[in-house]
Amino acid sequence: MTGYIARRLLFVVLVLVAVSMLVFGITALLPANVAYLILGPFAPPEQVRALELKLGLTDPIWQQYVRWAGGFLSGNLGESTLMNRPIGPLLMEAIGRSMMLTGASFVLIAVIGVGLGIAAALRHGRPLDHGISVGTYLGIAVPEFFWAIIVIIVFAAWLGWLPASGYEPLSAGFTVWAKHLIAPTMTLVFGHLAHVSRLTRSSMIEVLQSPYVTAARAKGLPERVVIMHHALRNALLPTITVLALDFGRLMGGIVVVETIFAYPGLGRLIVFSIQNRDLPTLQAAILVVAAVYALASLLADLLYARLNPKIRFGRNVG
Amino acid sequence: MPVSIPKSGSVAMSVDQTTDAPVIERPPRRPMSLQLKMGLVITGSIVLLGLLAPWISPHPWDTISMRTRFVPPNATYWFGTDEYGRDVLSRLLMGTRLSLTMGVSATLVSLAVGVPMGLAAGYFRGWIDEALMRLADVLMAVPPIMLGLLVLAVTPPALWKTALAVGFVYIPPIARLARSVTLTLANEEFIQAAKARAESNSYILFREILPNAWPPLIVEASLRVTYAILLGSALSFLGLGAQPPSSDWGLMISEARSFIDRAPWIALAPGFAMCLLVIGINLLGDGARERLDPRLKSRMGKR
Repeated sequence: MTGYIARRLLFVVLVLVAVSMLVFGITALLPANVAYLILGPFAPPEQVRALELKLGLTDPIWQQYVRWAGGFLSGNLGESTLMNRPIGPLLMEAIGRSMMLTGASFVLIAVIGVGLGIAAALRHGRPLDHGISVGTYLGIAVPEFFWAIIVIIVFAAWLGWLPASGYEPLSAGFTVWAKHLIAPTMTLVFGHLAHVSRLTRSSMIEVLQSPYVTAARAKGLPERVVIMHHALRNALLPTITVLALDFGRLMGGIVVVETIFAYPGLGRLIVFSIQNRDLPTLQAAILVVAAVYALASLLADLLYARLNPKIRFGRNVG
Repeated sequence: MPVSIPKSGSVAMSVDQTTDAPVIERPPRRPMSLQLKMGLVITGSIVLLGLLAPWISPHPWDTISMRTRFVPPNATYWFGTDEYGRDVLSRLLMGTRLSLTMGVSATLVSLAVGVPMGLAAGYFRGWIDEALMRLADVLMAVPPIMLGLLVLAVTPPALWKTALAVGFVYIPPIARLARSVTLTLANEEFIQAAKARAESNSYILFREILPNAWPPLIVEASLRVTYAILLGSALSFLGLGAQPPSSDWGLMISEARSFIDRAPWIALAPGFAMCLLVIGINLLGDGARERLDPRLKSRMGKR
C-alpha cells in the first residue's frame, strides 16, 4: 500500500508540474503581447517596451517559466498586476471563503445524496424512486447558472428570505454570514446531487439482492438493522470514491456560482483576473484549483484501493 | 462472452434472435424504446425550430424598440420582451442555432483530434500510448471550465473561439474511449489477417479499425454535445463567448440577470430551452447507446 501511495503521489506531482507548464505556456505563448493586453491596444511603444522589461517578457520563455515556478515553490507568487498586491494573501483569503462554500456543499451533497439514493433503492420501481430519478436527472440537465437564477428568483426576489448576492464575514454575525452562504450552497448542491444519489441507489439495489442480505433477513434481524448495518456498509464503498471526485468537481462549479452570487472566493478571483487581464493572479489561482482537483482524484483512487482489496492486491498477484 | 465477437451490432442482434425464433429473413427491427422516441422528438423539434428560425420568428430578433421594453408574456409577445424591447421568443429561436452549432462543432473538434489520438495510442501501444495518455491526464487534471477559461483568457472573445476551446477541453474523454475500443479491436482476427496481408498501418487504422469503432464513438459524441452546450453557454454567461447583441442562450441569461426581479421571463425562457435541449439529447444518446451497442451494456456488467 505504501508503495502504491508513493507512486500515485509522484504521479500527482508530475501532473501538477505539467499543468503548471500548460498554464504558463497558454498564458505566455498565446497572446501576441501581454504588455499590450495590460496597457490596452493604443499604448505608446516605449511604455510597452518598459513594461516588457519590467515583467521580463523579453527573456526566453523557459527562463520566464523557471523564474515563475521557482517563485511559486518558494512561496513568492508574485504581484497582482491589477491590484498591486502580493498574490499570496489575496489567494489565501479567496481560498478560505471558497472552502466555506465548497465544504458546506460537500457535506450536504454527501448527506442528501446518500439519503436520496437509499430512499430510492428501498422504493425500487415505485413512484418515489421515479421521482428521485427525474429530480436528479434535472440536476444534471439544468446548467448551474440557471439553477442560480431560479434560486435568486424564488428565495431573493419572490420570497425575500435571502440576500441575492454578496458575502459577509463571520464577524458581522452568524446569521448574516450564514444567510449569504445559503443561496450559493443550494445551487452547488442541486447541480452535484445526481452522481452520488444515482450511484448509491444502484449499488444499494445490488447489495439488497445479495445472498448475505437475504441471510441476515432470514436470521430474523429487524429490517432497520439489515439495511443500516449490513447493506449500507457495502453499498457505500463506490459512493465514497465518487464523493472524493465530487470535491474536485465543486472546484469547477464555484467559478459560475461565485460569479453570479458575487461571492469573493477563488472562482470569482479567476473570472475577475481574466476580465482584467491579471495574468499572474490567474496563473496562480488556476494552479491552486488544479492541485485541489488532482488531490481529490488521488484521494478517490486511494480510497478505492483501500476499500477494495481486489485492486490493492491485484498488482502483486498478477 | 461470445467466442468470436461479430463485426457490427446488427449482426449481433440477428444472432441473438435466431437462437429462439426460426426466422429466415432478416429479423424485424426491435421497436424503439420510449426513451429513444422521446429523445428523437424533443431533439428533432428543437433542431427543426433552429433551422427554421429566420422564417418562423414572429418578430425581428435584434431590433431595438424602446416602446416595448419589459412587456410580460402576452398574445403578441409569447415570451415577453427584454430590456431593449426585443421579442424574447424570436431571440430564443435564433439562439437555438448558436447553441446547436456551438455544441456540434465543439464535439467535432474533440472527435477530429481525440479519435486519431486514441486510435494511435491503442494500436501502437508502447511509448506512443504512454505519451498520449499522460497528455490526456494533464488536460484532465484541470476542471473543464477552468481550462476553457484559461484558453479564452488571452484572446478577445468570440463564439467560434469558445467552440474551439470547448472542443479542446473535451479531447481526453474521446481519446480514452477511442483507445479502449481500439484495444479490444486490435486483437480481433480480421486485424490479424490485415497484418498478415502486410497492410499499411494507416490502412489498418482508418479502414479496418475505425469503421468498427464508430458505434460507441458516435453515441459518446452525441452525449458529449450536451456537455459542450452546457460548458459553452457557461463560458458565454461569463462573458467569454458570444458577444452582444448576439442571442446566445448563455449570454441572454447573463444579460437578464440585472432584471430578474422586474422581468424574470427574459432569463427563464432561454434557461428552460437549454434544459429541454440537454434532456432531449441525453435521452437520444442513452437510447441510442442501448440500441446500437448491446455489447457495451454487457461489457459494463449491467446484464
